[in-house]
Amino acid sequence: MRSSPGTTSPTSEAQAPPAGPGPEAAPPATAFAMPLTVAVLAAVLAVSVLLAIGLGAAAVPPGETLRYLWAAVTGGSIQAGDVTAYQIIWQVRTPRVLLAVLVGAGLSVVGVAIQAMVRNALADPFVLGVSSGASAGAVLVGVTGALAAFGIYAISAGAFLGALLVSALVYLAARGAGGLTPLRLVLTGVAMAFGFQAVMSLIVYFAPDGESTSTVLFWSMGGFGAATWGALPVVAAVTLVTVVLLRRLGRSLDVLALGDETSASLGVDTVRLRRGLFVLTSLATGAMVAVSGAIGFVGLVMPHLVRLWTGAAHVRVLTVAPLAGAIFMVWADLVARTLVAPRELPLGVITALVGVPVFVVLLRRRGYLFGGR
Amino acid sequence: MTSLALDDLSVSIDGAAIVEALALTVGDGEVVGLVGPNGSGKTTALRCVYRALRPSGGAVLIDGRDLARLPLRDSARVIAALTQEGRTDLDFTVEEVVALGRAPHLRGNQALSPRERELCRQAMARTEVLHLAGRGILSLSGGERQRVLVARALVQEPRVLVLDEPTNHLDLHHQIRLLSMLRGAGLSVLVTLHDLNLAASACDRLAVLSRGRLVACGPPAEVLTEELLREAFGVAASVVPHPLTGVPQVLYDLGSATTTIGDPT
Repeated sequence: MRSSPGTTSPTSEAQAPPAGPGPEAAPPATAFAMPLTVAVLAAVLAVSVLLAIGLGAAAVPPGETLRYLWAAVTGGSIQAGDVTAYQIIWQVRTPRVLLAVLVGAGLSVVGVAIQAMVRNALADPFVLGVSSGASAGAVLVGVTGALAAFGIYAISAGAFLGALLVSALVYLAARGAGGLTPLRLVLTGVAMAFGFQAVMSLIVYFAPDGESTSTVLFWSMGGFGAATWGALPVVAAVTLVTVVLLRRLGRSLDVLALGDETSASLGVDTVRLRRGLFVLTSLATGAMVAVSGAIGFVGLVMPHLVRLWTGAAHVRVLTVAPLAGAIFMVWADLVARTLVAPRELPLGVITALVGVPVFVVLLRRRGYLFGGR
Repeated sequence: MTSLALDDLSVSIDGAAIVEALALTVGDGEVVGLVGPNGSGKTTALRCVYRALRPSGGAVLIDGRDLARLPLRDSARVIAALTQEGRTDLDFTVEEVVALGRAPHLRGNQALSPRERELCRQAMARTEVLHLAGRGILSLSGGERQRVLVARALVQEPRVLVLDEPTNHLDLHHQIRLLSMLRGAGLSVLVTLHDLNLAASACDRLAVLSRGRLVACGPPAEVLTEELLREAFGVAASVVPHPLTGVPQVLYDLGSATTTIGDPT
């Protein structure tokens, strides 16, 4: 600044409130040690993954789990008696747990980005209608047998295309002279969700067999039961790119939260930023829904939980959210497949059972503000 | 020297002319006040300067260059703004909000340098919010928040500062402090104010807008006349020189408002 520090009013200290803010009101940000937090979360995630791979209907001790994983990665040999356990560990559980890691991380960061994009605390990755589009696409493929060229991934491909179709429609309908305005985006998304739900109901209603009903249930509740090694690389690439790109936009997202007018005065082009966010989050959500269905509440609750912990600055939120989301998802999936084993609960039931009470407590908590008191 | 010029600036929204051929300059280090009744186009004109709005005719020039041809980031390094948009969605701390003023100078998530941290500290001290540095922005009062946002505009290190009703929510002490700080900052300032007495004390020149048109422009002593107040503001007031400074001051009472705002035509 073009003035000396001496311009500080000598009375300014005296005018300060006698007592500083109480410990409750103190923001966590100042005392927040990022490297340590990341290290601890990464360690917790690694242990969670190992435990989750070992645990299940047939539990395998962590030591054995490690031995099988080591054998699989290094191409070592195992005894004939261990083949079944090895198959369960390597072919079934490992891809499943890794998928939970990826989707948990992805949904959490996409939730953060969407809440910033539409400036709404209640937004989640599915607020723009992506999940109903995916369900309709999946059901349509299941009923008609279309996209047979994709083999076992036909239904996933249908879900992905359905998700993209909804995103494209929302984009076109919400676009105006001033770009994508937050409120119009949300309203259009909600309307599209209802529309595609109706389409899906219609397909199910006229479908020849009951098969489509279970497809609908899977896509609307979500789950990792269909995880295979084949789908992992695509999801891994999408998640990684999304996390890295969004994190790089951290400061721009902070500026966006100050309002569109202020963003312009701070050199952030909100029209371009929203468009970029929309494309990125739509592709990422579509890819995740295609492999795991619409797993609710993670993308809604995780951003809030992480903000409570790290403060609002997006760089910090987007560093912690993928790790926290991944850990949460691994444990939620473990509960879903072990609670009433050998039957499996829909994952969305678990995330909702945990997410709803957490969210309600969080919103009632004093000192947590999103959009004012 | 002229740093900011509105060159026949026109804005129409949905066919309605909000600002018509507004020509106004702000010299280096000059404080220009934009005054006028509600709906006269003050905020709309300012929005074109801080680039939230594209003019439909004419141009905003900074050092003779058309603002519309500059990348948004480049103009944000020269022009800082305090908008009427007071609310944020997220509970950033005060020092985080102030630090965001450096955004146009930093690449991506690049951390603030020690010099920039000191800059933020000084700006918070100047607007008397240093003691609030660790507080959440959403927990502040309107006046405190307004001072935080002024500090954010200062750390942008602009040459031109645009402020839309900066004295909103401020108590008398902070109104006076803010405007005297603006005068001493050495920046070119374009500010809208409702309080004409404050405007007369703080500004080198006043520009009076009425129905989107510039109806008077010049030093406060020339502009603030009883005739202008009647015609542009619809107030039958007395204008007297300030006993200490000689600056014109407007005196009015509850009977001063005329039945309709005078029609200049």
